[in-house]
Amino acid sequence: MSRQIVIGAGLLIALVVFPLLSPWSTVILTVALCEGLAALGILVLLRAGQVSFGHGLYFAFSAYVVAFMATARFGHEVLLLVPIATAASGLLAALIGLFIVRYRAIFFGMLNLAISMVFFSLLEKLFSITGGADGKRVPRPTLAGMTLERESFEFWMFYITLALCVVAALFVARYLLSPGGKALEAIKSNETRLEYLGVSSRKVLFGAYLLSGLLAGLGGAIIALVSGHVTPELAYWVRSGEFVFIAILGGAGGVAGPFLGALMFQIIRGYAAVYAPETWHAVLGVMLLIIIFFAPTGLYGLIAGKKRAAKPPAAVERAGAGQ
Amino acid sequence: MILLAALDGLAYGSLIFLVAVGLSLIFGVLGVLNIAHGSFYAIGAYVAASAVLAAAGMGLPTWLAFPLFLISAILVGVVVGGTVEALLLRRVYRKEEVLQLLVTFAVFMILEDAQKVIFGTQPLFANAPMNWLGTIEVFGIFYTNYQLVLIPLVALAVLVGLRTFLRRTSFGRAIVAVTQDREAAMAMGIDATRVYLITFIIGASLAALGGALSSSTTSLTPGIGSGMIVLSFAVAATAGLGRIEGAAVAALMIGLGRSAAVYFAPEFDVLIPYLIMVVVLLIKPEGLFTTLQTRKV
Amino acid sequence: MAFIVLSYLWPFNAHAPLLPRQRAAKSVLHEDFRESIMVRMKIAAAAFAAGTLLALPAGAQEKPKELVVGVATFLSGPASVFGVPGKNAADLFFDEINAKGGILGVPVKPVYVDEGAGTNQLISEYRRVVQDQGAQVMLGAISSGSCNALAPVAEDLKVVNVMWDCGTQTIFEEGKWKYSVRTGGHAGSEMMATLLYLMKVKPDFKTVAVVNQDYAWGRESWALLSAGLKALKPDVKIVAELFPKFGAPDFSTEITRLSALRPDVVISTSWGGDLDTFVQQAAARGLLKQSTFVLPLAESSLERLGAVLPEGVIVGSRGDHYFLHPKYKNSAEMQAFVKAYKAKTGVYPIYPTFHMNQAVTGLVKAYEKAGAAAGGKWPSKEQVIAAFEGLEFKSLTGTITIRSDHQGLEDQMLGTTKRVPEYPFAVYDKMALYPGKLVTTPLGEKSLDWFAKVKPELGSDKSIETFDYTK
Repeated sequence: MSRQIVIGAGLLIALVVFPLLSPWSTVILTVALCEGLAALGILVLLRAGQVSFGHGLYFAFSAYVVAFMATARFGHEVLLLVPIATAASGLLAALIGLFIVRYRAIFFGMLNLAISMVFFSLLEKLFSITGGADGKRVPRPTLAGMTLERESFEFWMFYITLALCVVAALFVARYLLSPGGKALEAIKSNETRLEYLGVSSRKVLFGAYLLSGLLAGLGGAIIALVSGHVTPELAYWVRSGEFVFIAILGGAGGVAGPFLGALMFQIIRGYAAVYAPETWHAVLGVMLLIIIFFAPTGLYGLIAGKKRAAKPPAAVERAGAGQ
Repeated sequence: MILLAALDGLAYGSLIFLVAVGLSLIFGVLGVLNIAHGSFYAIGAYVAASAVLAAAGMGLPTWLAFPLFLISAILVGVVVGGTVEALLLRRVYRKEEVLQLLVTFAVFMILEDAQKVIFGTQPLFANAPMNWLGTIEVFGIFYTNYQLVLIPLVALAVLVGLRTFLRRTSFGRAIVAVTQDREAAMAMGIDATRVYLITFIIGASLAALGGALSSSTTSLTPGIGSGMIVLSFAVAATAGLGRIEGAAVAALMIGLGRSAAVYFAPEFDVLIPYLIMVVVLLIKPEGLFTTLQTRKV
Repeated sequence: MAFIVLSYLWPFNAHAPLLPRQRAAKSVLHEDFRESIMVRMKIAAAAFAAGTLLALPAGAQEKPKELVVGVATFLSGPASVFGVPGKNAADLFFDEINAKGGILGVPVKPVYVDEGAGTNQLISEYRRVVQDQGAQVMLGAISSGSCNALAPVAEDLKVVNVMWDCGTQTIFEEGKWKYSVRTGGHAGSEMMATLLYLMKVKPDFKTVAVVNQDYAWGRESWALLSAGLKALKPDVKIVAELFPKFGAPDFSTEITRLSALRPDVVISTSWGGDLDTFVQQAAARGLLKQSTFVLPLAESSLERLGAVLPEGVIVGSRGDHYFLHPKYKNSAEMQAFVKAYKAKTGVYPIYPTFHMNQAVTGLVKAYEKAGAAAGGKWPSKEQVIAAFEGLEFKSLTGTITIRSDHQGLEDQMLGTTKRVPEYPFAVYDKMALYPGKLVTTPLGEKSLDWFAKVKPELGSDKSIETFDYTK
């Protein structure tokens, strides 16, 4: 637990300070945080051994809710748009969760994929409503009643997002330690035994699914606001795959993992966009293979693992000094 | 009208079947859902088109294209598929499912760019084989023999061939045995590693064959693989993963469903495969064809 | 610690001299981490303040060492059939400019951004190139969706944004953008010329079918065409409106329907792989002989389609672009360009390369005009964008005029395919060249309204020139 706090706090300090030095990176950092939120949702499900290749659905759904509301000038305010869109995604996750928690493993993954692809096709096909493949523009809303210029809007959005990420990460960390969260691990290791204990594994998984939908929705709502444009591509299966990618890249061991992963993802992508603009997919693919084969616990595991290796001698030393 | 729609759906359904049956076979034996499967399709298409164009450039007769399709499909299966299995997948069979998925996802991303680097971004096609086979008139409408006869025949041959191979040959039986009980099969002296490798090569070759056949009717552009992969997921999931005959029926259903949609509800043609997949998975998550006496591969 | 790691890895501050990496590493060893952070924050704050102060005066400035020009184009995905030729052409043009000493003596450095990465990623890349790499001019983009998304970003960033290829007419008809300008025509002028040409060469058609890609361009171009058809030929019957999925691998069902309906005219504004696939499958099944095909973007597919495309198909190129342009094919500039492009890529140039030529030439001319107005000093971005208004310049295939609403007037040329022994692919014959002023929606009007009231007499205007194929 303490390691988790150290890593999280280090990451947080870095994120608080960094935009002050490099003001043009706020948007990219915000995007990374949004993807981190969605990957955090994936992490919750991974605890139960379930992989969703369709969380782009919730990401895109709340992004479109924001786009429609902002265009209609209905609730044209960040402090309204974000909670409403997130709640809408949560509602959708609850509806789909009602039946999807009956499925496990590959069927769980495929069903998520299929539903998100239905949504993706609808977004592309209903041209007159959704703007088709070109998507919709999101006019910049007010923030706490203030109409802001781009720079200050981006600045505040970043710190608001960062604060929301901290809250979300702490909440998920607590949840994973709660009985509900512990039961998730039991679903992964031995579901039958869990049922024998009188715990409904469906109810447990439903809670996790709802939470993951909310997290992805929160990320989607913010990304719609900061990039000012939404497209069906947000719901495409490759995007959902990226969330799983980020979760594994960062490591599923702790709640700071997905955010580490998302930052790393943006960094690799940034380098690839500069030095290999035509092959950035391949660069990411190679990176993913390296992580899987050489650091299966992800970045988080790498950092935490090193500390673990470093700690015992220190502890021994201290014990020795005490004598 | 319905009959015409059915004729159109046939070629399309047959192509999807070829790709999906490979995916299904790999899942049935290795237990891995291969996201890179669409890339094998795309690479098969590019290699076949390049081979056919090269042959035409050397002044070789057009009929040579058909053996070339087969050769390039097997080549892609062995070289690309074999490498992926032996070098990467083999190392993660004992690891978590999500890692297996992500390995194939990484391969997908790498192969997508590899195609671009090797074959360029300009649309590529080699339509000589399609034109060489000529057309046939049905109810006053011209169809190409290539789409109406050749592609469905190849699909049928693959279906029958695969069934025979799995049931009548000793290696086919070994594959079935490994699928059913890996430990027992190994105890009986079956080399599971070899079975995995060869199954993966067969599956990849089938996807590449689908691609090779499509190279004559379709312009190849970057990104053709990523659309195909979801479609073949839909077929394989609808049928029940690992079910060969089921995949044939499901592919036909999706092919016909799409053509029917163009006639009756053009707004929904792209939705059809995914809708079928959602509905089937909800009602019978193991797929449509589990209670039928079809053997699991 | 995490901060140091992040600042080491962060790729987005290549020009920030604030983080001497060597020192950052040392500071960890010397454990004056906190102190160094504080120092750097102060430096950063000072630099940031200084930066904002410097940016304030909008007038003429000192000449920069180089002019960074960002180019948004498709490097991946199906639209890279346009994006990659656009990039290849841009490389040639920028090399040529730099060989002559650059723009106003300042060398140009192009930076490419991939539109194929998706709109959200494109927007953040666009910002990075402007804010981090210091681009003063952006050329963006190909897709109408990208242009729609980038126009407000360019306003925000206060960067000159030259829309070099996208066609949606709504950009300047429904919005006012100070920093964006388009150096080409729009869907309105392209579709109007197409309609007038169809009326001219095949006046007696009664039934029409359309097969367009299912996305904004396919839908919007058809909305314009059908509105114009109703006005020009009220008795025409539209028998089928088909919108297959973008990137569809198979058009069998669509072709069967068209074979059964036997329309006089089949229109398709599709392009790239989709157009190639559709034409191939339709040709194999005899459909191209049965109906007159109108393919307003087929110029970009002519060479690839080779022997597939028969004679008698109406083709266009989103403007007057054509490497065998009847007026300019023998000009020194055109011959040099075709030669250089063919040497670089192995194929003949297609319309996106000409669009790129218009954007780059327009940019040079605008800088020269603004520089002259600023008394030979380096002009500010605001002066450059102001210089675009009313600018008139020669491109490889004609003359472009920029209107006060920042919309370009570009001539439109269509032709009918003909097979000749000189080329292994179809060429233009019976060409008609429509002046941009004639076929572009008048200033202040919306294209859809203008199409709905267009009169057939427009097609017999005296300013229209016609040409036949000559060797």
